[in-house]
Amino acid sequence: MTRSAAPLTQDTTARERLEPALHALLTASDDDERATLARLREELGAAAWRTGVTDVVYTTVPSPVGPLLVATTARGIVRVAYEREDHDRVVTALAERVGPRVLRADEPLAEAASQLEQYFAGELRRFDLPLDLRLAAGFRREVLDQLTRIDFGRTLSYAEVAMASGHPRAVRAVGTACARNPLPVVVPCHRVVRSDGSTGQYVGGTEAKTTLLALERSGGTTAGSR
Amino acid sequence: MGTSRIPLLERLPHVQPFDRLVTDHGALVLRVCRATVGATDAEDAWSETFLSALHGYPELPPDTNVQAWLVTLAHRRSVDLLRRRARQPVPTDRLPDRPSPDGAADSSAMDADLYRELGRLTERQRLCVVYHHLGGLPYREVAALVGGTEAAARRAAADGIKALRATLLVTEGAQR
Repeated sequence: MTRSAAPLTQDTTARERLEPALHALLTASDDDERATLARLREELGAAAWRTGVTDVVYTTVPSPVGPLLVATTARGIVRVAYEREDHDRVVTALAERVGPRVLRADEPLAEAASQLEQYFAGELRRFDLPLDLRLAAGFRREVLDQLTRIDFGRTLSYAEVAMASGHPRAVRAVGTACARNPLPVVVPCHRVVRSDGSTGQYVGGTEAKTTLLALERSGGTTAGSR
Repeated sequence: MGTSRIPLLERLPHVQPFDRLVTDHGALVLRVCRATVGATDAEDAWSETFLSALHGYPELPPDTNVQAWLVTLAHRRSVDLLRRRARQPVPTDRLPDRPSPDGAADSSAMDADLYRELGRLTERQRLCVVYHHLGGLPYREVAALVGGTEAAARRAAADGIKALRATLLVTEGAQR
């Protein structure tokens, strides 16, 4: 009787006393409400972004290699993730490593989404987006810097990237840096292949890597002939 | 938990992305707002609730009951909003015992009847019903929001439920 001060997750007792209609109000969710919430949510994310109250804003964009999660901070694009990396886990990791004020919104990422779309259509050879490389430090960061210098449609071997970053023996470390690239596609780790010419591993799976390399080979000629 | 913390591990205390709060509690907050400020202003109240939650989120103690925290914020933002709309000060700690003008206006949702009936309760009854039965706040916390004693909050909610039961059951019966 006098146990009402107990934690309020035990709302079952409260529910038991409710009229069915009131209970329905608590649990029912119709299409109108879902649509309203989706709209409010987008507006919230965009408003929070404009007023600088967010740590990270993310969205997902469709692509030929599956939906990509794209996340930005005030500094720039901080994360691109393949679906196989598990988007929920990626969002949680962003909250832990960048900040907890993570919101989903399309508008702040409209330019990034547009450039990705153009890239996958073979119409964009170089991304022009501010990047936030805070998720890669030390040697991994140096490797990413090298990767941004590999042009559209070209490839280098892991050994060549190691050489270019001034650590010719760090071939394995280059492989690790590529595998843990926080910005795949935008920072083109897919352009690093094995010395024997085979594709090699990829954060998005070898199939995705093959797709991107093929797209750049054909997309390069298409774009070049325009 | 505190004993196993490794100081060198630079993890932020709030690992739960804010976005997940919106997913988990967005619908409940919208319903609470609808019942407190009415359908017309509910969306503004919802946005202001989550914006102020976002501001306070990084400093929120880890053991906070997030739902109760959001319902409390929803109450404060709703009071602010009604105050601005009415241009007439309404003290947060004591709400007038009269039916609200905009109460809970009709919504196109299936719950329209219930919102209308909620709007016919006195403001105090309505808030006590909504914060306790919808928001899950214990009466002690409901009383802290609407003023008065815990017993008074419990009584107001009971009266509200009784009134709802009477009208809703009659309505249901009439439809059959």
